Amino acid sequence: MSSDTQHITISTKDLTIGYKNVTVANTINFDSLSGEFIGIVGINGIGKSTLLRTLAKIQPSLSGSISIEGKALNTLDTSALASEISIVLTEPIASKNLTVQEVIALGRQPYTNWIGTLTEQDTSKIKEAIQMLQLEDLVHKKCYELSDGQLQRVMIARALAQDTSIILLDEPTTHLDLYHKVQILKLLKSITEETKKTILFTSHEIEMVIQLCDKLLLLKESDSSYGTPNELIEKRAFDTLFPSDTVIFDANTGTFRIQK
Amino acid sequence: MENTTKYQNSFVLLGITLVICFILNISLGSVSIPFKSTLSELFSGNIENESWHYIIWKYRIPKALTAILAGSALALSGLLMQTLFRNPLAGPFVLGISSGASLGAALLIMGASIFSGVATFEIANSVSLALGASLGSFLVLLAVLTVASRVKDTMALLIIGLMFGSITAAIVSVLSYFTTSEKLQRYVYWSFGSLGDLSWYQLSLLGGIILMGILLGIASIKSLNALLLGENYARSMGLQLKKSRYIIIIATALLAGSVTAFAGPIAFVGLAVPHLTRQIFNTTDHKVLMPAVLLYGAILMLLCDIVAQIPSSANVLPINAITSIIGAPVVIWLLTRKRRMLF
Repeated sequence: MSSDTQHITISTKDLTIGYKNVTVANTINFDSLSGEFIGIVGINGIGKSTLLRTLAKIQPSLSGSISIEGKALNTLDTSALASEISIVLTEPIASKNLTVQEVIALGRQPYTNWIGTLTEQDTSKIKEAIQMLQLEDLVHKKCYELSDGQLQRVMIARALAQDTSIILLDEPTTHLDLYHKVQILKLLKSITEETKKTILFTSHEIEMVIQLCDKLLLLKESDSSYGTPNELIEKRAFDTLFPSDTVIFDANTGTFRIQK
Repeated sequence: MENTTKYQNSFVLLGITLVICFILNISLGSVSIPFKSTLSELFSGNIENESWHYIIWKYRIPKALTAILAGSALALSGLLMQTLFRNPLAGPFVLGISSGASLGAALLIMGASIFSGVATFEIANSVSLALGASLGSFLVLLAVLTVASRVKDTMALLIIGLMFGSITAAIVSVLSYFTTSEKLQRYVYWSFGSLGDLSWYQLSLLGGIILMGILLGIASIKSLNALLLGENYARSMGLQLKKSRYIIIIATALLAGSVTAFAGPIAFVGLAVPHLTRQIFNTTDHKVLMPAVLLYGAILMLLCDIVAQIPSSANVLPINAITSIIGAPVVIWLLTRKRRMLF
């Protein structure tokens, strides 16, 4: 990755997230670069999903600013945002009666005409996404026939077909076994390397994330930290991630140990 | 999605079935007209018998066309609602459209005797009835829309629609309780549903309204397909959720509201036809589903109407009962066969 071609994709300044009367986390500051693979970690309920939803404009921020590709998020309308950010959520898709091909093709909606006709360019982007996620054998299957791991790959392919500079994923590895967790994370990392997209995802697999991610956002109520895994380990940021009476972080191995 | 060639044969087959059902429907009725004479009447215009000519053109063809319009419109509105709510149990009537129409009709037929002095003259002819029912369905829909603009969650909207239905049903029962038995009977007859009372003028009016609904439906195909992934995904792909939701709801109101206004409440078609179509075509792509439900709805309605007039040649059974008797077991059968109601 040559750093001279990278540019800032998402930038937040003193961002506060939450719901009407409840602040979940404040003073979130980070800049993501194109081609970076970034994990968001933190304790349950600290607002990881809330942050993703705020970045995707599904819900409003409470204060602070977010800019996407240099433009303020609140100046982007739904259709402009659709060509900048694509998402993979934890919620299941409404109809599992769609085929894999159809789900991925829907990712092209921001670019198709009023009735959704696919152009040659759309078809080639869909094909690209299918190849990258190794879904060639599954394209004609219905979504209800797929395993959790396969379905997750389909949803990532759909986001990829949307051809945005940023992909946000909410816990892409939950419900998967160790092998498929690693498979998905490695696939995502290879996508960032090949396509120079920024991938931002939430995860509870801190130990894997430390090994694979370019940058990490450690979400805490008021002193979130952002940096490469090594920087964060040196800053001892992980030590305060969980209450210390249950687990402690071992900086030498990059793993958590249970307090006995 | 390279569906066009894949589904071409099915559509040709459906088209032929529709034409056959249409001719069959016209050839059957309380006055027996030989099948041959029906055909020559339809295609060559040979008038063998003045009264047959009159029956076919003044009564049977308008009725068959009403069946086609009503079946298509109800089926499409069912499809729209099921996708909008992503709920296989949603029908055109969940938003209270039909109960609104019932309320309008009930007020017109039975209200006058209670609010005495308002109207002592006979106002409940079929045109004013249709107007009253349309007005009722639009008012209820307007109320639902007002609430909908404050509610983000579609499930909540579904429940609100049901609640509006309950309120109107309650008012109708109060009216029924206090009215005269003669007027109650009239209301009950309206609620049986009837395809046969429309003049050519009313038919063209109904056709025009339904055409508008269908056009709005076609304009929503892309949004409907996006909604198959859920509202959050749909929005993330650039869908303007509020606007699309309004267009879909207005289309449903035009389709289901106008049919209920002119032909009375007709149950089941809106709920069942989209399911039948999804099972048979094995797709959820609205580009295929939309023409398919229009055809299936029309065919099913013509068949139900044929059944309604066969058993006793003099009487015609209420269409609303027939659609339920034929349709409900079909849905149960489909469900037990496939176990999951795949949406």
